[in-house]
Amino acid sequence: MLDKKQANKNTFKVKKGLNRSIVTQISEQKNEPGWMTDFRLEALAIFERMPMPTWGADLSDLDPNNIYYYIKPIESQKNAWEDIPDKIKTTFDKLGIPEAEQKFLAGVGAQYESEMVYKKLKKKWEEKGVLFLDTGTALKEHPELFKKYFATIIPPHDNKFAALNSAVWSGGSFVYVPEKVIIDMPLQAYFRINAAQMGQFERTLIIAEPGSSVHYVEGCSAPLHRTNSLHSAVVELVALKQSHIRYTTIQNWSNNVYNLVTKRAVAHAKAHVEWIDGNFGSKVTMKYPSIILQGEYAKGQIISIAVAGSGQHQDAGGKIIHCAPFTKSNIISKSMSKGGGRASYRGLLKVTKEAKYSESKVQCDALLLDELSRSDTYPTVIVNESSADIGHEASVSKVSEEQLFYAQSRGLSQQAARAIIVNGFIDAFVKELPMEYAVEINRLIAMEMEGSIG
Amino acid sequence: MLEIKNLKVTVDDIEILQGIDLSVQPGSIHAIMGPNGSGKSTLAYTLMGHPAYTVTAGTVFLQDGERVLLQDQSQNQDQSQSIDQNQSQNQDQSQKIDVLSLSPDKRAKAGIFLSFQQPLVLAGVRADIFLLEAYRAVTGHMISVPDFTQLLEKLIERLGISHTFIVRNVNEGFSGGEKKKFELLQLALLKPKIAILDEIDSGLDIDALKSVADGLSYIRKENPAMSFIIITHYRRILDYIRPDQVHIIDKGILVASGDYRLIDTLESRGYEVYRAESRVGDI
Repeated sequence: MLDKKQANKNTFKVKKGLNRSIVTQISEQKNEPGWMTDFRLEALAIFERMPMPTWGADLSDLDPNNIYYYIKPIESQKNAWEDIPDKIKTTFDKLGIPEAEQKFLAGVGAQYESEMVYKKLKKKWEEKGVLFLDTGTALKEHPELFKKYFATIIPPHDNKFAALNSAVWSGGSFVYVPEKVIIDMPLQAYFRINAAQMGQFERTLIIAEPGSSVHYVEGCSAPLHRTNSLHSAVVELVALKQSHIRYTTIQNWSNNVYNLVTKRAVAHAKAHVEWIDGNFGSKVTMKYPSIILQGEYAKGQIISIAVAGSGQHQDAGGKIIHCAPFTKSNIISKSMSKGGGRASYRGLLKVTKEAKYSESKVQCDALLLDELSRSDTYPTVIVNESSADIGHEASVSKVSEEQLFYAQSRGLSQQAARAIIVNGFIDAFVKELPMEYAVEINRLIAMEMEGSIG
Repeated sequence: MLEIKNLKVTVDDIEILQGIDLSVQPGSIHAIMGPNGSGKSTLAYTLMGHPAYTVTAGTVFLQDGERVLLQDQSQNQDQSQSIDQNQSQNQDQSQKIDVLSLSPDKRAKAGIFLSFQQPLVLAGVRADIFLLEAYRAVTGHMISVPDFTQLLEKLIERLGISHTFIVRNVNEGFSGGEKKKFELLQLALLKPKIAILDEIDSGLDIDALKSVADGLSYIRKENPAMSFIIITHYRRILDYIRPDQVHIIDKGILVASGDYRLIDTLESRGYEVYRAESRVGDI
């Protein structure tokens, strides 16, 4: 993992910690309309009122008052790769990103610190009316569209960290795909935290109009810092009639990051939403991408993988709520724990009375790489409709001595044997990724494996 | 050749093998027969280096003349000056490989192969990719994918294996017969010096058995110097492949050894005669 910190000058950095004055400052700095300032302040009040969640991972070491909530880098918005400062290009280089970046140059939005530094939208999409902006710019340039959907899927009172994000959000992507427009190339954004103790509170909103289709890819890596960093994003997806949204995340946070993210989608009639979510690194991750199947024949799929190493707790999973007839969903969750790490699957599957003839299949598989590690499954299934067809399978397996011996007896070293078995386990996940991400995942897995051999 | 001397093995502190002596010449076929729990599979696993089997006494050496000679020939073409020196050095090294000191993957590279009685499922691992990795690891030759594919195609055709088979995951959803065929495919590909077949005939119907036996005959024809240790309960596989020597094992000791006619005697008189306590000795 890349863990080198780059020297960094920031033009504007609010004080550590959080209060009304800091939130007001953030809003003023961004020249936001009054309704947004009010929204932030209200969210702050909710954040302060709500207790820390105690039902999941241990958050007792997280001190919200020891974090910078806003930093604006010197570099302002850029639209061409040539205009990107070399220092930032170097950062991308170290992340091993440039091939992917350059290949998809036209469609990249990347976040450096709290602001979009670089974004460019391919011309043909612009002509079709596609918007791919940083969320702050979208608020300025498309206020009506913004206000119509912003925080409608995840309101501030949804949970404590959604409230926090609502109060201090900065950056993130805003994607709008007009009716019947199919974007055939993934939109990509790379995120990075680069200032010590700085929180990352991006806010992403994707709106797919009827009959449209988009694939958004988000990748992350963070440098190592001594104090705990907090990443708390909110991602909202609105999939209108017969639209398709696929949202892919590959996260590789450094081992001191608290990664507490709220992701939710609403799928209207015949819409199709997919969350593909890979969680590596971080100290604690709590993330449960959700899909509300609101219209008839809507489909939802969540495929997630979590790798928990030493000192890490990946508390991840998915939630699907069937609210309409003939809706279909599928959750595939794969987790691996090693070196005393802990991976938990936490899922919700709910079928309301309205959801006649809906179908759902949940499959969660955990792989333990050693005796020290831990895996838990917390599935909640609530079915209020008897015509629904629900399947739930869970398995916990170990990389068994017998499997290792079998592969070793064919000449593979113990490390190679372990790697081939682990790669087989996550195959279903990797298959769903675009090629360059599949390569990145394999590289990450190989690096994770290096550390796990005793 | 493989030389096993006074091999004693414990599992969970219980002595399973109580002093096995066995000498396997290049190109020879040995059958080891015995009742359940006699130590047949323990011998197989121990030779391959399974970590659950603890060797408490004895030695296993592999004479490695042939492969080194081949290496020398290739070196001769490049470095004709140092032939003699190389040869003598390599022969010194090749005198004896201490099998018991090696990890399973190194034993595979030294030329030992175990066909598993119950081959393991490797979920999500495609068979052809597994075979490629194994081939590269054992031979040390970074064969190109097209060359490997060609090699694989030839072997699966000869062994009567379906083409769809190798793009499936290793042993996942394979029938009993398919699993044994997949073991044979690995054997044909890796060309070991010593092939240990642990109950390759178990769980097979007559047709599948015939097909496995045909595969074995093909592999033997292609690799005349390959030695076989065939571990089995029953004679039926041995009717297809006649062993040079038959050994009867009971309670961790080879209680009788002889040529293939020993199978007939065993057939008519049963294992009871060869119980370790009775100590019949060689016939």
